[in-house]
Amino acid sequence: MSALEAARDHFVASARAFAAAADPRDPAWLRSLRAEAAASFAEQGLPTTRLEEWRYTNLTPLAKTRFELPGAEPAAVDREAVEAVCFPVFACSVFVFVDGRFRPELSSPRALSGNLRVESLAELRTRAPARLAGQLGRLADPKRHPFVALGTACLDDGACLFVPRATRVEQPIHVVQIASGAAPDRVCHPRLLLVAEPGSQVTVIQDFVSLAGARGFSNAVAEVSVGQGAAVDLVLLQRENAESFHVSNLEVRIARDARFAAHTLTLGGGFVRNDLNAVLEEEGASLRLDGLTVAGGSSLVDNHTVVDHALPHGESRQRYKCVLGGRARGVFRGRVVVRPDAQKTNASQSSANILLSEGAEIDAKPQLEIWADDVKCSHGATIGRLDENALFYLRSRGIGEAAARDLLVQGFAAELLASLPSPALAEGLTELLREQMRRAGAGEAA
Amino acid sequence: MLELSNLHASAGGAKILKGIDLVVRAGEVHAVMGPNGSGKSTLANVLAGRPGVEITQGSVLFEGKDLTALSPEERARAGIFLAFQYPVEIPGVANSYFLKASLNAIRKARGLAELDAMDFLALVREKAKRVEMDEKFLQRAVNEGFSGGEKKRNEILQMAILEPKLAVLDETDSGLDIDALRVVANGVNALRSPERALLVITHYQRLLDYIVPDFVHVLSGGRIVRSGGKELALELEQKGYGWLGAAAPR
Repeated sequence: MSALEAARDHFVASARAFAAAADPRDPAWLRSLRAEAAASFAEQGLPTTRLEEWRYTNLTPLAKTRFELPGAEPAAVDREAVEAVCFPVFACSVFVFVDGRFRPELSSPRALSGNLRVESLAELRTRAPARLAGQLGRLADPKRHPFVALGTACLDDGACLFVPRATRVEQPIHVVQIASGAAPDRVCHPRLLLVAEPGSQVTVIQDFVSLAGARGFSNAVAEVSVGQGAAVDLVLLQRENAESFHVSNLEVRIARDARFAAHTLTLGGGFVRNDLNAVLEEEGASLRLDGLTVAGGSSLVDNHTVVDHALPHGESRQRYKCVLGGRARGVFRGRVVVRPDAQKTNASQSSANILLSEGAEIDAKPQLEIWADDVKCSHGATIGRLDENALFYLRSRGIGEAAARDLLVQGFAAELLASLPSPALAEGLTELLREQMRRAGAGEAA
Repeated sequence: MLELSNLHASAGGAKILKGIDLVVRAGEVHAVMGPNGSGKSTLANVLAGRPGVEITQGSVLFEGKDLTALSPEERARAGIFLAFQYPVEIPGVANSYFLKASLNAIRKARGLAELDAMDFLALVREKAKRVEMDEKFLQRAVNEGFSGGEKKRNEILQMAILEPKLAVLDETDSGLDIDALRVVANGVNALRSPERALLVITHYQRLLDYIVPDFVHVLSGGRIVRSGGKELALELEQKGYGWLGAAAPR
């Protein structure tokens, strides 16, 4: 039996044990959602590199670690540790989850417009399951992705945010997912359900961090519905430690004249695979996907996106940038589909990559699939080293070589930071970016 | 200040400079003229330490010290400034940030305190005014989307802020209209002082109407084939470079 098959069996067994121990008050639809997902996961298993979608991303290291679901006893994590890892740069409502479970005593929610708050999925599924029915599992299809199946089979807790019609939330909402590092090596399946009703506006920062200790595997599944004329910014900040595994599936549906932006910032993690599927379901929908990866060591960061233009006058722009040092590997595969009805679509996609070292490697593959004839689409990928001319220019002005390299990498990342929904967040991230650049060896000559 | 002896240099495997002797003293302005391919830019780059330009023979002394052992940043900190023929665009790095990083690196090397944001802003505003540069260019990314004239102005702004001992201007006049040329020349002339030396590299005599040199050297085939006073530039203007082919020593 291969490591992948053994890991599948292990995950299937844990999902079974989880279902058997699940809260008996859970609604029937949720139980069957889990059961169907478990069956689907057992059938799909962990994908091998023979599958095109996983060609560059070998799951064997993940399969070889025996991850357990967190037990009933919550990991002991104190407030200081949370505050130290939480992002202290700007005032906003902070909702803390540890090993996938909501921890109200560690959270510091502030008053938001319309008394809005992030609710715990674990609490809602027993207290008010009707609010979840028809929403939870609506977009994330277990059959489409084995890790969506696994996450849904073990669906326990997560962050739920329902933004009522025409409610505009000024302050960003910070959802922190902390991997406790408590033994044994543990897997959690953090869920995000975000429903922005028509005309609403919200910014959510989903922040994945890890504390030192045992290895963690975060298998995140997010479902985001952006109602007519609504505007949603979602920042995915991935900054777990180099021993961590992170798999993320984000499903987005964008309605008429609505706007959605995802900012995926991968500044940590040993193994990171992000799948982002966005459907521009109605006319005039707008989508922005920005992705910034800085990685070193032997990290692997894989970004897969599918942008589906279903109806006319949609607009999408993807900008993925990747800086790799050490023996790090990067993958970008982006697919833009323009369906026959989606006339007057304007879609662009770019993947720009800088390799800092001989040992770093990137596989970039932007793809366009166009079925309509009156559209404007562009795509491109570039791979290179730091510009030697620019380096000499900076050095000829007295700036040391390491500082000059740092400055060029920062300049490369700058437009993505500048597009973040909050300048305070961009400023706070600049320091995180510098730290990660040091780890990636940005200052060192190749 | 600067002393080149029998300097040979190659770039990209080709021998470009074939024995240059040149002495530049503090307070002097030297012009180096010559046709395309004569080695003018290589000379500029060799002084600034561009990687890939290799000294194969001879020596370069700056204030009595061997320059060739120094990295480009060490040369800049020692007081050498090269105004680039093709200033480089650096996306995502604000011009003001770049200028401040540069000035503070050089101040630090000279044992001076770094300037804080307020003092720097006051300085850069004053200098920008002198080169007639709109302050909006300070907030934009370094040289990105600048016109040819704006890029050259930005070079002179950097020079004015960094106050080098030896400034090397590599075809700073190329691509400039007459107004931009005047502004750039004014910026350069404002820096002339008894402690400072200038090496002005140019293809055309035009720039030397505005920056009047003390000495003119003619570079051809990697060697200085003639040296003289400012009148030599006028002679070149009339005769062109055609006569060099015959006159250049083999």
